[in-house]
This record gives sequence, structure tokens and C-alpha cells, in this order.
Amino acid sequence: MPSTPTTAPASPMAPPRSFLWTRRIFLTLLTGFVMVPVYVMISSSLKPLADVTGTFRWLPTELTVEPYIDIWSTVPLGRYFVNSLIVAGAATVCSVVIAVFSAYAVSRYSFRGKRVFTVTVLSTQMFPGILFLLPLFLIYVNIGNATGIALFGSRGGLILTYLTFSLPFSIWMLIGYFDSVPRDLDEAALVDGCGPLGALFRVVVPAAVPGIVAVAVYAFMTAWGEVLFASVMTNDTTRTLAVGLQGYSTLNDVYWNQIMAASLVVSVPVVAGFLLLQRYLVAGLTAGAVK
Amino acid sequence: MSPDTAMTATAPAAEADVRKSSPGAAREPRRRPGRIRRIGLPYLLLLPALLLELLVHLVPMVIGIVMSFKELTQFYIRDWGTAPWAALDNYKVSVDFDAPVGKALLDSFLVTIGFTLLSVGLCWLIGTAAAICMQDTFRGRGLLRALFLVPYALPVYAAVITWVFMFQHDNGLVNHVLHDQLGITDQPSFWLIGDNSFFALLTVSVWKGWPFAFLIVMAGLQNIPRELYEAAALDGAGMIQQIRRITLPSLRPVNQVLVLVLFLWTFNDFNTPYVMFGKTAPEAADLISVHIYQASFVTWNFGTGSAMSVLLLLFLLVVTGVYLALTSRERRASHA
Repeated sequence: MPSTPTTAPASPMAPPRSFLWTRRIFLTLLTGFVMVPVYVMISSSLKPLADVTGTFRWLPTELTVEPYIDIWSTVPLGRYFVNSLIVAGAATVCSVVIAVFSAYAVSRYSFRGKRVFTVTVLSTQMFPGILFLLPLFLIYVNIGNATGIALFGSRGGLILTYLTFSLPFSIWMLIGYFDSVPRDLDEAALVDGCGPLGALFRVVVPAAVPGIVAVAVYAFMTAWGEVLFASVMTNDTTRTLAVGLQGYSTLNDVYWNQIMAASLVVSVPVVAGFLLLQRYLVAGLTAGAVK
Repeated sequence: MSPDTAMTATAPAAEADVRKSSPGAAREPRRRPGRIRRIGLPYLLLLPALLLELLVHLVPMVIGIVMSFKELTQFYIRDWGTAPWAALDNYKVSVDFDAPVGKALLDSFLVTIGFTLLSVGLCWLIGTAAAICMQDTFRGRGLLRALFLVPYALPVYAAVITWVFMFQHDNGLVNHVLHDQLGITDQPSFWLIGDNSFFALLTVSVWKGWPFAFLIVMAGLQNIPRELYEAAALDGAGMIQQIRRITLPSLRPVNQVLVLVLFLWTFNDFNTPYVMFGKTAPEAADLISVHIYQASFVTWNFGTGSAMSVLLLLFLLVVTGVYLALTSRERRASHA
């Protein structure tokens, strides 16, 4: 299927046959590399336990949906799922709103310290997570002791942490995107009596929807997949999927078919969302980040 | 990497002019007193982001640096302020390469460098090649693009657990193919312990990371005007020449950021090795972030762990600084 020669309008530089063949072989190999683990995940999740404990087999001896029923009782997957949804959802909404405000300020105003702000925010990407894991843990515990706001072990603490992880990239990408929205549009809105925030929400935001969607997808994926802070900052009731999924292999038997089924179940929401919205991500990157 | 363009400098002035001269502004007298508000507004908009960055990144980093000068073992962890000062002891332990702690850190550092360079190189190469291959339209291109992005979209733990299953000694796919079906190895290999674990980790990292390079390069390619290629083709430039003379130079600014981001992410990656190997990774795949985690949380010696993190941060700062200086000069030179 890959690389059937183009049927689009013949360009003046029709690629030579050698290039077409190289491309065909390369893309086929790459597709194999990419899809084998996906195939293993799907096929193993439909196998009986005997098929995944013995020698690997490409095809199941029989198809069964039992792993999909068992995953919910082997570990409290439902609870982990709800926790992950709450944490990633809230972190995404907050992160996007905050990034929109910041990017608007940087894109539309000149003010003292602008460059310091953008450089500082971007440079936080450089910090090894391990450097601020323990201090952050201590800060959350102390805030809890001093004010009674439970950040450590709670979903709130995790939401707060995760939203800052996606913030730098989101701000950076939205600045580029907002810069590409013609300034005349918000000036017209200001003339019509909108305040600066009115101009932002009635003109700039609607024009930058693809960029905002892209940033939201990124923020959700970041929060949904994080392991380090989730493993330290959650307890039994607030545990997220990233940590909870390890529960299947600490038992005596390793239920590989259930692990694969659970991995598939937790992947479907993000992968489906990502693939539906990936057009926006590419458009957003093209207009913003890589310009 | 500097998003603030020259355009923004003129914004408030233009805005003020519009307001003064337009009847619309006159209808809204309550907005006029806002000289202070106008100056304050951008700061107000930035406030939430600033506060959060302070709380989650900057303050903890400062505390982390302070902690690296303290003797912070488990006895003091309940009230870390009372831990005695250790001056440079934690740093001395970390860089004393003749003693076990320092030597282990150095080994881990070297493994991480090798791993990061290989992983970033391969991710960039595969991502760029795939993006160039998919520059023109062909049947099935949209589907293929979606498939290629799946590894990037999958949550890290789901993807890595699948690879762990494939790398199992007795029931994994890799040994089944290499040993049972192709007969390349004499006996099934261990992939998750010993020296092989380095290649297992590299494979997973590249599988997971190349789609990001693909995504960014693909976006970058869309900003290259088609006329450039058409003109080059008229001048008789072949496919390879077009890629060398047009595609790669046009991608240089994109690559500058892409390679740096890939480097920092790969170097600091904790999720992949942690899900793959757990708290103690085999020596050949002992990436520095897991190593420091292990040094802090398994041995309960947070002072030394912090000192190691600070050294790591210093290293990354220097590398980033040198990289940006070199690539920016190169860019300026190529423009001149």
C-alpha cells in the first residue's frame, strides 16, 4: 500500500524510479517496525493465558475476550482510570487556559522582562525531573501541614504538577500561532468596543483553534503518560494508570494477556483522540512552532 | 527559538492610537483610566503561569541546590532544615571516580551519553527520511502518516510494557523470531539483563521517539515553497541534489530546535528505563535519571542525590549553551 506513485498533477520533477523503489522499501520496513508491537498488543490481549506463558505464537490458538473482563478485577483498573481521567483532564484545561493568557500577553504586548519570561519558561524544559521531585514533595507536604490543603497524595497536587509540564511547550507554540493571527483583527475588535480580553476570546482564540487543540492534545498526553511523579505523589486511592498498570506483574503469575488488554484499553482514548486531531497538531506546528 | 518578533514592539502604541481616534473608544469611557491597567495587563496575564512555574520548577530547584549542600539522610528527612551542612562533601563523593559511588555515577553518565547520541541520531534520521519520503502525495499517505504517529501517541507505559513482553526470554517475540524462526542466535538471549539491555532500551527509545522528529520535520517541510523545487528541477537538479541543496538547508532552523529538544528529552528520560527495568537498571542500561532516583530513594541519601542532579543540570546548561552558540553562529555565517 505505501508509496503508490502519485496520481496528483504531474509535477515538473517526477521522481526517478530508483527513488520510488527506495521509498517503497523504506516505508514498508518502517511500517513493520512501527506496527509489530501494536500487533503484539492487540493479538496477545485476545489470547488465553496458556498462549502467552509458553513460546510466543503469532496467531492465538483461540480467540477469547476473557482478559478484557478479568482486567477490571485483578487490579482496581476502573479507579485508576477515573483518577487518570480527572488528573489529565483538569491539567489539560488549566494548562491551555493559562497558556492562552500568557501567549496573548507575549504576542500582543511589549513589556519589560518579556524576553526573560520566555527564556525562563523554556529553560525549565531542561531541568531533570529528578532534581525537583524531592523538593517539590517537601513543599507539598509543608503546604499541607501549614494550611491543611492536601497536595501530597492528592489529585490536586498531581494536576498542579502536570499542568506545568506541558505549559512551556504550549506557551511557546501558541505565541507562534497568535503571531500568525493578523493584528488588524483584534484591533478591529478593540475599535468595536471589546476590551483586550474580549478581543482575545472573540477574535484571537477562535482564529487560533487548531493551535489550541494541538496544545490541548499535547497537554493531555503528557499528563496521561507520566510515571515518575505519579509513582511518588499518589497513594492507593489516587493512583493513576501509569503506576497502577504495574500491578499486573507484581503478582505471582504474570498475566501477559491481561497486561496487553489493559494497555490497549488505557491507550485507546489517547491514541484515538490523537489520530482524530493530529491534522490540527501538524497545522499548529506548521503555523507556530517551526516557522 | 525566539518567539517574540519585532512586530510586537509596536502593538500598544498602535492600539492606543486606534482608541483615541475611534468613536468606539469614546463610547467606553470606563476603559480609559487604564494607563496603569494597560501597563499591568500583560503582567496580570502572565501571573498564573509565573506563579506555577515558581511553585513547581524554580523554587524546588533552588531548594534542591540548597539540599545538595546538606547531609540529608533519612534521619533528617522529616525536618530537612535541621540537617547539618555538608559543605562540598556531597559533590566530592559524586565526582570521586575512584570510589564506588563516583565510579558508578561516571559509568552511568557515559552510558547515558552514548545512549542519547545514538537515540537522537537515529530518531532524527528515520524521522527526516520518512518525512521526505512522504513529501509528495500518494495513495494511502494519510493512513500511513496516522500509523507512524501511533508510537508517539501511545502512553509510555503501555508501549514500554508491550516491548518488555516482546523481549521476554521464554515467551517473547524477539527470541522466537531470532532463535526459533531465523536461527540467528544459538540459544535464546536475555534482553532485559546484561549487555543486551542497552540495545533493547535503544530500540524502544527510537521506536517511541522518531515519530516526534517525523512530525516536526513534516511541519517544517510544508513551509518550503514548491517553486524552489520547480526552479531547481528546471535547472536540472536531481532528486538527491534537491534534497541536499533545498530541503536540508531549509530545515536547518527547525533542526536546530528539534535536535536540542530531542537531546534534552532523551537525556532526562525517566519513564522508559523505569518502566522497562524497574528501580535498578542493569549496568549497561543504567541511565542517569534512574541512577539518581535510585541513589536518592533506595539508599535514602537525598543530599548526594541532589548534588548529582545539580551536576547533571550544570552539564545540560553547558551543553545547551555551547550548542546554541555554535548553531547560531553557523546560521549567521550561512546567511551572510
